[in-house]
Amino acid sequence: MSKDWPLWEVFVRAKGGMSHRHVGSVHAPDPDIALRHARDTYTRRMEGVSLWVVPSASIAASDPAEDGAMFDPARDKIYRHPTFYDIPDDVKHI
Amino acid sequence: MASLPPIDLPRGATGDGSFDAPARDAVGGVLFDTLLRLGDDSLILGQRLGEWCGHAPSVEVDLSLANMALDLIGQASHFLNHAGAVEGKGRDGDALAFRRDVLDFRNCWLVEQPNGDFAQTMARQLLFSTWQEMLFGRLQASADETIAAVAAKAVKEVRYHAELSAEWVIRLGDGTDESRRRMADGLDWMWRFVPELFEMDAAAAESAAQGIGADVSLFREDYDARIRAVLAQATLEAPADQRPILGGRRGHHSEHLGHILAPMQYLPRTYPDATW
Repeated sequence: MSKDWPLWEVFVRAKGGMSHRHVGSVHAPDPDIALRHARDTYTRRMEGVSLWVVPSASIAASDPAEDGAMFDPARDKIYRHPTFYDIPDDVKHI
Repeated sequence: MASLPPIDLPRGATGDGSFDAPARDAVGGVLFDTLLRLGDDSLILGQRLGEWCGHAPSVEVDLSLANMALDLIGQASHFLNHAGAVEGKGRDGDALAFRRDVLDFRNCWLVEQPNGDFAQTMARQLLFSTWQEMLFGRLQASADETIAAVAAKAVKEVRYHAELSAEWVIRLGDGTDESRRRMADGLDWMWRFVPELFEMDAAAAESAAQGIGADVSLFREDYDARIRAVLAQATLEAPADQRPILGGRRGHHSEHLGHILAPMQYLPRTYPDATW
């Protein structure tokens, strides 16, 4: 039965102020049931305060075969990390 | 299997239900009896839903049903532990759940009905959880502090059960020819057990008068309206009303309850001091 249902990607917000994070996926016939399946599957141990479900088919993904061209060029660009600045001691949360 | 055959009223019967005397006197008073009714409803339905574990149509539905079962077992545990304390004979919730005989159970007939297919299970859940949500809503004002506290916590759980089962009844009723037929059959099976939910027998009336229990007759109209709204969305007709079947609150049960208790009670009765 579940193979007849589309797949939905599930995103959980752990607490207010945090961003939603991808936690997995569920099968469901429609968005309302997908939300309930996500609730019953991924938030039964107080993991979250908010849920998103997104049809998996709506997600455009990068091609693993192209990961060289996509990601390798970033490898030796350490100057892109903001580690060359002096951060004053009284600046918090950075 | 399709619906049960209709039962005509026997000549001279009042239609108030065949069983008026308790199968066994509930000793322990009004509060104890009220707690058994509440706890046994949750316990038996929780056990019933647990039978789906590993057998549901999909793993997601399997989790939904098991979650509901666990919510209900949790409620039962609170109510029955309190019942044991009120009784004062050294029995706790486990003793009441696992070492009580079938005639001493006070649950309604609806919760002991067989799971059937998924549609039949959802029919039972809609009819029961909608009622339980309204009941717990009122029990938050119970004169008994434990009942009030458990109801306040559990009403959110039960609201979810009612919403989820309504979603499924709507989808199955307004679905394919097969799902629609199964949903109608499931409702047909469960419909005759609804009047018992609203029965105010002497014990229930006394409990309500003392402010412990709720007068369930007060929300019958709201209940009917909510069920009708779900059925309308599901494009289903409400089954015809039949002769009410009463008696569960006084220990008279269908043949199904013994078959629920046998596997549930086997281990604690065989190994009384087993722990894990």
